[in-house]
Amino acid sequence: MKMTLECWMLGLFLLINSGLTSHSLGEGLQSTWRYDYTKYHPMDEIYGWMEDVERGNPELVSSAVYGHTYEGRNITLLKLGLENSEGREKKVIWVDCGIHAREWIAPAFCQWFVKQIVDTYKSNKKLEQMLQNLDIYVTPVINVDGYIFTWANDSTRLWRKSRSAPPPESSCYGVDLNRNFNANWGMVGVSFDSCANTYCGTSPGSEPEAKAVMDFVARMVKQTLCFLTIHSAGQLILLPYGHPEISAPNYNELVSVGQAAAEEMKKVHGMNYTVGTSPQILYPNSGSSRDWARLIGIPFSYTFELRDKGEFSHLLPEEQIQPACEEAYAGALSIITYVHDKAFNNGTPPNTAVTVMGFTSLFRVAMTIWSTFMAVCLTAGVLV
Amino acid sequence: MGLRIVVFLAVLVVVTGSPTVTIRPEAASEDTSAHPNSLPETAEETETPGQQKVSIVEELEEDVMATGKLNPNHYPAQRAAKVVQHYLNTRYGSPYRVFFLHRVHSGNAEDVADSGRKYQLEISVQDLISTNTEKCSAEVLFPGGEQQRSPHVQASCEELRKIDTKAQEEALYQQYKTNPSLLAAHLPDSYGHINPEMKPFWHLGAVASSFIMLNESTENTLFNMAQVANVTQLATENDQLRFDYHILLHEMVSQDIIHWKLQVSWSPSGGVKVLQMEQLPHCHHCEKPPNTN
Repeated sequence: MKMTLECWMLGLFLLINSGLTSHSLGEGLQSTWRYDYTKYHPMDEIYGWMEDVERGNPELVSSAVYGHTYEGRNITLLKLGLENSEGREKKVIWVDCGIHAREWIAPAFCQWFVKQIVDTYKSNKKLEQMLQNLDIYVTPVINVDGYIFTWANDSTRLWRKSRSAPPPESSCYGVDLNRNFNANWGMVGVSFDSCANTYCGTSPGSEPEAKAVMDFVARMVKQTLCFLTIHSAGQLILLPYGHPEISAPNYNELVSVGQAAAEEMKKVHGMNYTVGTSPQILYPNSGSSRDWARLIGIPFSYTFELRDKGEFSHLLPEEQIQPACEEAYAGALSIITYVHDKAFNNGTPPNTAVTVMGFTSLFRVAMTIWSTFMAVCLTAGVLV
Repeated sequence: MGLRIVVFLAVLVVVTGSPTVTIRPEAASEDTSAHPNSLPETAEETETPGQQKVSIVEELEEDVMATGKLNPNHYPAQRAAKVVQHYLNTRYGSPYRVFFLHRVHSGNAEDVADSGRKYQLEISVQDLISTNTEKCSAEVLFPGGEQQRSPHVQASCEELRKIDTKAQEEALYQQYKTNPSLLAAHLPDSYGHINPEMKPFWHLGAVASSFIMLNESTENTLFNMAQVANVTQLATENDQLRFDYHILLHEMVSQDIIHWKLQVSWSPSGGVKVLQMEQLPHCHHCEKPPNTN
């Protein structure tokens, strides 16, 4: 008798559960409402979340495994995009998080970013239009091995690098993936000591995680408008290049677009984000993913260093996840909107990738007009 | 239409007038084809329309430290200002008083005798607990020479307002004086949480760390305390509470986590003192000696 009652209860429980997961609550939101975006999640939960988001929003979200970590784990991205009725070639936005294992707010932001788009695109015409023109590729965690290592116990929390095996005659694991990209590799701001936290590896792209990004993005470089790589901490928006003697040809535009993003971020919770190159506002470095992206021709490439400014640094309290992600979303969206509007003016997309010509004064005027257009749209509340 | 003009002007100011934009001479030219340092177009470049030209100064110069008027948002002024934060904490910090660099308003740097470097700074600091901000004028001298020596700091602040922390300090002192039983680890924990009762000991750790961070700072470092790994209370001596701290410091430029063991004393009247300090090996998994950046 008792057994039967328990069986009934179990059956009822399973029925309710499966009912909740298999029936779309109208907008496919149920795959987002159960997940707590204001908490840090271990990797298995993030993998599970990616599956749920894809399953719950098939018209918007698809996934791809584009590489494997040193320890053989999947490096997975979510691709956000809507069908484009005119069959136009879509442009690409790249967002990655978690190159550095201990920067937990970064993967938290990538998840938040996806949630925000999933939750708002149906009621936000501008966002919907952009998703018809753009595919946004989001990798919540690039350095999966490192991230998992930071969850192992209290003493591993501040690990930064990957978990590749020590080179001969060393006992130190890992490479700083953000020094391993093929961009002025090994020139400045790196260490060749495998025990150092800025160890750049044995050669550019020697690390499977960095190589996976380079191989995948290189195939789409002509369509890619923007490359955003998310880190913590410091509250900075870094533009290329990390080498103090090299500047990008569109430096001025990179600065102004970065400044606009910082202003949007400040509006959310009053936090200041400083804009500049790494050698200006942080330190010189080479082999970063941001530099590599700019070097192969992606016109807009930024490193976001999220909260805070040193009080907690990488151990950012969970109560700050929401405000940090809200302001970062505003900043990222500001840049994505700018590059989208630049590429898709009056519905006539450019035939080739965005090529930055010489900055003539005419171009400056054109740019200020675009900025005005954006500012007007923002004040009119059209954009998110 | 009028609104558009106003917005246009506002945006123009914003886009062109920002003080944080520094146009370096080699980047100032808006026409890359006329730039003296452009690479000439090669056959390879024309095949890949996405490829951008990169301007490279022919002689890669040594990283010469900025001198004269400094950009307050750039790292030289920021690093020197951080040293002032550490100094203020060693002088005025307590379990209920921890200062943090809030903003650099202006800065100036010059070379001085014996290859030293002197910075003059106008900064604001914020008291983490009361959230009050104070303006300070400070001078930081990084001594030159072969051996790395600690910087010297002079600072005067508007009015390091005596927020009355006396009552709280006295209460904490009395609570832990007679029964020295404090034992805590991982402040904050992996999720950034600190038990409210433990916060004063996190603050005390930050103040004690400031002595180390002040000693170790150079123009090429930026220190923050990352975590109190653990803290154990020792027997009270000479009416001072005493603690053993194991602290993790984060150094920004090398991105290293550096372990220090400190013996700290504190009382409301005696202030914070570091009695003993010892740097622990860089990486206990590694066989190499400590990496000093």
